Amino acid sequence: MKAMREAYGEALVELGKKNPQVVALDADVSGSTRSALFGQAFPDRFFNVGIAEGNMAAMAAGFALADKIPFINTFAFLMAVRATDPIRSLIAYNKLNVKVVGAYGGFSDSYDGGSHQAIEDVAIMRSLPNMKVVVPCDEYSARASVEALAEYHGPVYLRLSRNEVPPVYNETNCPFVIGKGNVLAEGKNVTIIANGHMVHLAMEARKLLLAEGIDAEVIDMHTVKPIDSELVIKSAAKTGAVVTAEEANIIGGLGSAVAEVLVANKPVPMEFVGVKDVFGESGAYNQLLVKYGLDTPSIVEAVRRVIAKK
Amino acid sequence: MALTVEKVSQLQDITKKMRIDIIDTLYKVQTGHPGGSLSAVEIMTTLYFNHMRVDCATPGCPDRDRFIASKGHCAPVVYTTLACKGYFPAEELGNLRQLGCMLQGHPDMKRIPGIDLSTGSLGLGLSVGVGLAVSAKMDNKDYNTYVLLGDGELQEGQNWEAFMAGAKYKLNNLIAIVDYNGVQLDGTVDDVMPLGDLRKKFEAFDWHVIECDGHDLVALDKAFDAAKQEKGMPSVIIAKTVKGKGVSFMEGKNTWHGKAIGKQEYETAIAELGGSI
Repeated sequence: MKAMREAYGEALVELGKKNPQVVALDADVSGSTRSALFGQAFPDRFFNVGIAEGNMAAMAAGFALADKIPFINTFAFLMAVRATDPIRSLIAYNKLNVKVVGAYGGFSDSYDGGSHQAIEDVAIMRSLPNMKVVVPCDEYSARASVEALAEYHGPVYLRLSRNEVPPVYNETNCPFVIGKGNVLAEGKNVTIIANGHMVHLAMEARKLLLAEGIDAEVIDMHTVKPIDSELVIKSAAKTGAVVTAEEANIIGGLGSAVAEVLVANKPVPMEFVGVKDVFGESGAYNQLLVKYGLDTPSIVEAVRRVIAKK
Repeated sequence: MALTVEKVSQLQDITKKMRIDIIDTLYKVQTGHPGGSLSAVEIMTTLYFNHMRVDCATPGCPDRDRFIASKGHCAPVVYTTLACKGYFPAEELGNLRQLGCMLQGHPDMKRIPGIDLSTGSLGLGLSVGVGLAVSAKMDNKDYNTYVLLGDGELQEGQNWEAFMAGAKYKLNNLIAIVDYNGVQLDGTVDDVMPLGDLRKKFEAFDWHVIECDGHDLVALDKAFDAAKQEKGMPSVIIAKTVKGKGVSFMEGKNTWHGKAIGKQEYETAIAELGGSI
């Protein structure tokens, strides 16, 4: 099992070998984000701009104007709040081909505490026109997402976890098309739509639910924007109830995106698993997930609640 | 090479026409920023009519010099410059800021040929210039990147991140120009947030600093020559200007940063600029 940041760093190096236009920038956290791997492989295409996230994002806009494919790297919370102006006013507004990579998403920078944990990044990025938002769930999808990002011409926010995540996919099976969710398990009583770390927890929840006679469909919705409306509507029509699960504030993230689709097209009972509009704190990652309701029992509970509303 | 008398006279004619076009346009649409546009007329004229390698027939040419109006609210002077250079018909100026128009309130690269970067939110342009200048060196291209900064704009901290980066990467192909008119929206720069000794600040950031009268075409020409000859570091030209230059009642007045022009004011302004209504 490999940490997502490790898989990302390696994938970026692979991409750099294939495409000489790829450049990487970091704001003095390259050892953490693992963009340092790219820097070691391609020192002439790697730019450590120091602790200056805004300058990094705007410099990347300049690279994109010169037809390069810049990947910018820092912690997810810094990307979403320190670099927001250039990301909004230059990258998104002009639809520039910059890949915005937020490392240490969610609670994954667990011991550093609430100051460093990113719960708002998905909502902020999702609200920017032209910006796509991608949240892979394991090392394989992180790797696949890097390739998908490079193939798409335009701005994308890629939100990664720092940690090792039990794999959902494997070397040979990891479909990844931006904007297309993956049905990991078919079911008929409820749909669990998850992304990031919550995907493998959703699969665990499915097993527990089966023992109760509840057959849950599980979807890896790695792309929060554009949300795969067709899949959301189709699955909701089949199961009649939806639970979303994300490692982010429930305001403005995956749950909101799914709700927007369902309310307009196929209203069904819905429950949200996510951070309940509070900041985090220091602690072991798994302890934080339990304390803040981002664990398997929380998903199971949410499913029971939503089924009771059917 | 020093400017010939004929060339100076030709450039002066352009500055006169540009100032009249700016006032005409802003009077007609009753919205937009006159002050910081009038202060940058000579800077823009020198750049586009004597220094930059650009051709309106090929606005996307990869070898062209790049220009970024980091102080995006000076859109009127940028638009009149591009119209004078033939990027689009001068009639477009009359649609400035109107629904569905090409000429947005602030420069929009998606709509306007000749705009290399959309700007508006202040303090971002120089960083983009750094990215472009690094790219030029990576690609072995000899284009220069010019970034026009406002003095008030220098209060935005990201500029100083970009000044550091420009020095780190020794970007002698990056030339910043400060339109140092001393006035911003709320008052004088000295009152709102003083910049201190700009020359010393830029020198301390390891930039080649050139100071000149930003309304003197000969001095500006020499300044750009000196900047282009610099081999080891980026250059910044501190161009001392007057906000609202050329229109007596606008000169040095923060109230004319972005205010609609009345009929009497319009007539006075055009008369002072030697135009006709």
